[in-house]
Amino acid sequence: MLDVAIVGYAQSPSWRNAELTEPQFLFPVISEAIERAGIERRDIGFTCAGSCDYLSGQTFAFVSNLEAVGAWPPISESHVEMDGAWALYEAWVRLQHGDIDLALAFGSGKSSPGRLDEVFSLQLDPYTLTPLGADPVSLAALQARAMLDKGTITERDMAEIAARSRQSAADNPHAQIRSSPDADALLQEPYLTAPLRRHDLPPVSDGACAVVLATADRARATCERPAWIRGIDHRVEPHQPGMRDLTESISTRQAAKHAGVDDAPVDVAELCATFTHQERLLREAMGLDDTVRVNPSGGPLAANPVMAVGLARIAEAARAISEGGAGRAVAHATSGQCLQQNLVCVLEGA
Amino acid sequence: MECVLLRPVPEPPRTTHTIEFPYTRTLGPVIGPFLTGLRDQRILGARTPNGGVLVPPLEWDPATGEAIEPDLVEVGPGGTVETWAWVTQPSRKHPLDHPFAFALIRLDGASTGLLHAVDAGSMDQMRTGMRVTARWKDERIGHMTDVVFVPEAAA
Repeated sequence: MLDVAIVGYAQSPSWRNAELTEPQFLFPVISEAIERAGIERRDIGFTCAGSCDYLSGQTFAFVSNLEAVGAWPPISESHVEMDGAWALYEAWVRLQHGDIDLALAFGSGKSSPGRLDEVFSLQLDPYTLTPLGADPVSLAALQARAMLDKGTITERDMAEIAARSRQSAADNPHAQIRSSPDADALLQEPYLTAPLRRHDLPPVSDGACAVVLATADRARATCERPAWIRGIDHRVEPHQPGMRDLTESISTRQAAKHAGVDDAPVDVAELCATFTHQERLLREAMGLDDTVRVNPSGGPLAANPVMAVGLARIAEAARAISEGGAGRAVAHATSGQCLQQNLVCVLEGA
Repeated sequence: MECVLLRPVPEPPRTTHTIEFPYTRTLGPVIGPFLTGLRDQRILGARTPNGGVLVPPLEWDPATGEAIEPDLVEVGPGGTVETWAWVTQPSRKHPLDHPFAFALIRLDGASTGLLHAVDAGSMDQMRTGMRVTARWKDERIGHMTDVVFVPEAAA
């Protein structure tokens, strides 16, 4: 495997309802990532985007996002109908060919215009799940109940995860929710979809994230402290929620093992725990103990720009290394309902 | 300087588009019989090579990815709630228009949980491990919502 590092990254703010179009708020994010990488736009050998046309309700909506990249003269580019973290994975694979030395990955989405419960129901089995209107919150609530019944989490633990995450976001300029009442106060709130309360859910967010990748020589030449990708892997579990153990995340455990998470101690973990109880699941699946700082950015409970939120975990983990002095960081991204598919990326400063 | 004349704009024209997919399709050897079974008040599962029964039935084994020869067996109509979520405010896409539970239901004879709705009346009627049974619609069309589940005590 060729050594590849993250040499530049940028995020937009996370908006509850962005007035700008997706290409409009992508443009400054991509420009900033390129500028921070200290490279020229024309030097990028491959570009990969992650977005979801279902969010905007238009087929080929992703094509207009290329306005923010600049596609003339013609560029080599690709798109995944997934979180930008999977766009980064494709860019990393592309760099393994060895014929180019720079790649750009980005993810973007506007969650605010549509009915998210109905939009995300469409990603499910069209014969047995979508006709029931099965929505992400109800499915996550089934998972939380299974964990509560098993005794692996309590409602207080969940409230504490929410409070800690949102308070951690106080210094994160990209976050949307940057404060929280304490767990006692949160537990006074009524159930939304029991056993989940409002604080167990992420905010509805619009936003974008971009990351620049470089091969070894180029990374050393352009970046003072690159964040080296030492392992990256993604795994998927059965689609039907009743055909896997919802109280474990086997695919995360497999991805973490193949990415080499437990080869050395971890300083920081940025986990795509979109619902409070999932943080506990992910920690256990990756074997992260209490010495690991989890989601110092606040994570998805503080800002959830769908299709960018996973890539933002990788960008935050890279930032912890390049600017925060961390030696080793783990980033996680997820796709599908109840953590069906999981990507794990291990970053190191040396 | 260019002069722009502002005039009242007439009512914009309106056009109605009806989008259709004017074709029929078959749902295949597994989902087809499963949905037809619902029309006929029968719930079918697929027997896997290792002796499990998948509900809903699949054409492949999720544990191994191997193709399964369709071997459909009837399960239910009773079953046990494995986990549940109480939906306080149903959406227009949900199968019931009043508060209900989504649940994973292990139907009698099945080895997996089926996602479906339980019409329990109120949240305090729900608990993990409770018994539920199928309640069929009078008019069935071979669709997931031909059935909902109710507490066995209320059936």
